[in-house]
Amino acid sequence: MSRQSNRGTESKKMSSELFTLTYGALVTQLCKDYENDEDVNKQLDKMGYNIGVRLIEDFLARSNVGRCHDFRETADVIAKVAFKMYLGITPSITNWSPAGDEFSLILENNPLVDFVELPDNHSSLIYSNLLCGVLRGALEMVQMAVEAKFVQDTLKGDSVTEIRMRFIRRIEDNLPAGEE
Amino acid sequence: MADEAVFLLLHNEMVSGVYKSAEQGEVENGRCITKLENMGFRVGQGLIERFTKDTARFKDELDIMKFVCKDFWTTVFKKQIDNLRTNHQGIYVLQDNKFRLLTQISAGKQYLEHASKYLAFTCGLIRGGLSNLGIKSIVTAEVSSMPACKFQVMIQKL
Repeated sequence: MSRQSNRGTESKKMSSELFTLTYGALVTQLCKDYENDEDVNKQLDKMGYNIGVRLIEDFLARSNVGRCHDFRETADVIAKVAFKMYLGITPSITNWSPAGDEFSLILENNPLVDFVELPDNHSSLIYSNLLCGVLRGALEMVQMAVEAKFVQDTLKGDSVTEIRMRFIRRIEDNLPAGEE
Repeated sequence: MADEAVFLLLHNEMVSGVYKSAEQGEVENGRCITKLENMGFRVGQGLIERFTKDTARFKDELDIMKFVCKDFWTTVFKKQIDNLRTNHQGIYVLQDNKFRLLTQISAGKQYLEHASKYLAFTCGLIRGGLSNLGIKSIVTAEVSSMPACKFQVMIQKL
């Protein structure tokens, strides 16, 4: 088998397909285990949260990004560094709220949904809800409480996938009593 | 281009998710292992389809096993199987001395009793891959000292 030349790009593509397929198998299993879509969504969010709190450490170790000074910088880092690093895509950032505490991530193509179609009886399933949990968990570890939710989804017929991120508050570290 | 870390985290979360929603007991443990193995099976089927789209026909069973050990394993786990043994009568043992999904868990005998949870998905992966290449098999895994492990493939003649 002489495929030396394109071995590199092929294996990269394949490992993203491994992730996509594994995620698909996971969602399918969850749909079997839980009767309604809401429970599956919650479970995906919880799992995403657990992954996020660990992923942030990996991210900070690999990317050498310093502390973000405001939410705008955070948004840039999420879209241009994190998404690129882990999913190979660069979503665009739009729709900033006037107060600067909400923005949208627009994903032209979502690698999680390659090969996926939502059947009619799962119309309220938020397939990629894991991502919302990951974002929430990761940002909580860097002292930001945020809310992330999908407002548009290509699986449901929209033209793009849009995640709305809202900054809730800064999480203050609780210093032990007696220290200042 | 999903990073390896993401898959690892997702896999570990799947394992803990499956076990969290189950109760204690031997039966439940078996059920969880089966669930994970079935998930791996689906993924293995899909993956091998995508991967062998353009490859030449395999000459025989041994050729297929070598493919699994080299190309398939390299794609999924970024390294080849370290040792393949067979009795030429349908049993193959694939040995990986530094199995990627176990390296972060322990380096030796600690947590050995939990190793099977982290191997179930991969057993399914192998079984699914082989199944879509026309081979029916039973795949089991054993670990004596992490992160080295052995996958045993028993070909089922139809």
